[in-house]
Amino acid sequence: MWQYVFKRLLLMIPTVIGAAFVIFFLLRAMPGDVCELKLGGEGAYVDEAQITLCREQLGLDDPLAVQFADFVWGIATLDFGTSMITGRAITYEMGLRFELSLQVAIMATIVAIMISIPLGTLSAVYQNTWIDYIVRTVAIAGIAIPSFWLGILILLALLSISEAMTGTRWTPPLDYVPIWEDPVYNLSMLIWPAVATGYRYSAVATRMTRSSLLEVLREDYVRTARAKGLVEKIIINRHALKNALLPVVTVIGIEFAFLMGGLVVTEQVFNLNGLGNLLVQSVTSVDYTMTQGIVMVIVLVFVITNFFVDILYAWLDPRIRYS
Amino acid sequence: MTKLLEIRDLKTQFFTSAGVVRAVDGITYDVAPGETVAVVGESGCGKSVSAMSILRLIPDPPGRIVAGSIMFDGKDLLALSEAEMREVRGRDIGMIFQEPMTSLNPVLTIERQITETLEEHLDVSKAAARQKALEMLNLVGISDPERRLKQYPHHLSGGMRQRVMIAMALACGPKLIIADEPTTALDVTIQAQILELMKELTRKLGVALIIITHNLGVVARYADRVNVMYAGRIIESGDAVQIYHNPKHPYTLALLRSVPRMDQARGQKLRPVSGQPPDLTKLDEGCAFRPRCDFATEQCARAAPALEEVEPGHISACWEKAKVGLVEAVG
Ligand SMILES: Nc1ncnc2c1ncn2[C@@H]1O[C@H](COP(=O)(O)OP(=O)(O)O)[C@@H](O)[C@H]1O
Ligand SMILES: [Mg+2]
Repeated sequence: MWQYVFKRLLLMIPTVIGAAFVIFFLLRAMPGDVCELKLGGEGAYVDEAQITLCREQLGLDDPLAVQFADFVWGIATLDFGTSMITGRAITYEMGLRFELSLQVAIMATIVAIMISIPLGTLSAVYQNTWIDYIVRTVAIAGIAIPSFWLGILILLALLSISEAMTGTRWTPPLDYVPIWEDPVYNLSMLIWPAVATGYRYSAVATRMTRSSLLEVLREDYVRTARAKGLVEKIIINRHALKNALLPVVTVIGIEFAFLMGGLVVTEQVFNLNGLGNLLVQSVTSVDYTMTQGIVMVIVLVFVITNFFVDILYAWLDPRIRYS
Repeated sequence: MTKLLEIRDLKTQFFTSAGVVRAVDGITYDVAPGETVAVVGESGCGKSVSAMSILRLIPDPPGRIVAGSIMFDGKDLLALSEAEMREVRGRDIGMIFQEPMTSLNPVLTIERQITETLEEHLDVSKAAARQKALEMLNLVGISDPERRLKQYPHHLSGGMRQRVMIAMALACGPKLIIADEPTTALDVTIQAQILELMKELTRKLGVALIIITHNLGVVARYADRVNVMYAGRIIESGDAVQIYHNPKHPYTLALLRSVPRMDQARGQKLRPVSGQPPDLTKLDEGCAFRPRCDFATEQCARAAPALEEVEPGHISACWEKAKVGLVEAVG
């Protein structure tokens, strides 16, 4: 097992460097020039010399290979440099936003797991009964309803419910406070986007749990378990689910990484300063360092999540653990 | 002698979009305590379905036991509640399946898979269950059982896994074991070992055994009685010697010609049974074997023959059964 963990850890290095390579050169292939935008963004005339100077300062006239080496070294030391627009350290710019996005992603994933695994299991066990139909409808609705729209509904519901109950309208707080400073305040702000996105992401996982479990329930070893006279609860929990969860874990893992940078619209609905919005801003202002920094952070989260998914896989399936 | 298992006119059908599959179409047989009974027939004739019907493990939908009764040890199995039936499964009746590679759960240790049966049916502590599991592995001839308990199925060969299945089936001290083609998926050398092991253990422990196979050669050595099945029915039944040396149904005869025999000259050609088994959704009122039968007459199309005694303890369902032995003697 430890050997497996170590192997997987080593494998992360080439993956990250490969991703860095792709991100770096794709960004440079994008049209637009940060110095022209920064200096002449309002349409004013800018001196050619000034632009050259700006480029020099930002290191844009160095050979690409040097810039790339700088970038990779930065990743290794978790120093992504400074924003080409604001001039502040990228880690500083991301700081709280990263925390916020990570927390929303984790909470949304927990919501998704808590919805999808029990519902998917119910749906498979009671296949083609009204329970199954309800679960499938709920899941399809989750896929069909955009999470920002669900977010708006949640906000409206909060408004009217709070008004009906207390007479004053309550909306979630808007300024982010880390969870360890004021958990209640923090949760009262972030639980809503987590529920909205978690529900949406549970939909795919619910369907996955259902179909995977249905498949496993047809396996010979489930028949063996039945022939042993085990109760249905043990057959499902011990024999079937452990096998059926393998593909579900993968789906949830991939979704988690996506949640980190992909919640642009939801962040806007809930007025959150998350990574998603920062990413959009930095792309529109052609801020190479900022964009590649954020994307790289998302890549790192993705790689680390994948690592945990693989470990979980090995924990669930001894055939992987011992190979 | 009182019987352990009495199956009477059992019918199990599958209601599919292609029609009603009459997988088991009225079978009747007994198993005495400690007796070994073989159920033989080509693939698809309803052997597994009849076995799964005894344990009431037919997937519903699409399947259902539509008629008959199964008396086991004084209980009418078809009248038991689901909870009562669970007590019978694994405790009074153990089951061994055909595919050792897929019949064990890949993500659970051997220990877990043996002890869970004990914990379910007997009031045992964890330590006692483990001890019992060790004993069982020893009993089925698995060396180094301490180590094996901690392993997973993928660590074991097919023969070993089938030994584990036998250990599991015997763990709670059942009165009956149903083995559904337990050796079909194994190497020939391993097949003999596993069959020997099952014979030895069931004798030693006084457990009755229903052994299902498509190979008549296999059962001759191991079974007390043989039931030959065709298209969901038993078409001939007798003790092993009667079936082997004096078959009274053309299908049994054809089956015997398709397997190598000890008492036959070497180099004698084996002849697989010609033709295809019938579609179980399209059975008519005639004998189901007649399209493939050398003895068929007009009578065979009009009505299916009933099982009738040809000698004490030996029954056959064939209009022409009187001729079957005769031709064999000539040929
Ligand atoms: N779940 C099922 N649905 C529909 N038909 C089935 C099902 N299980 C078995 N059958 C049919 O029942 C008949 C008997 O099958 P089976 O008992 O497995 O044969 P075998 O003698 O090879 O063990 C076959 O025609 C098979 O197609
Ligand atoms: Mg079968």
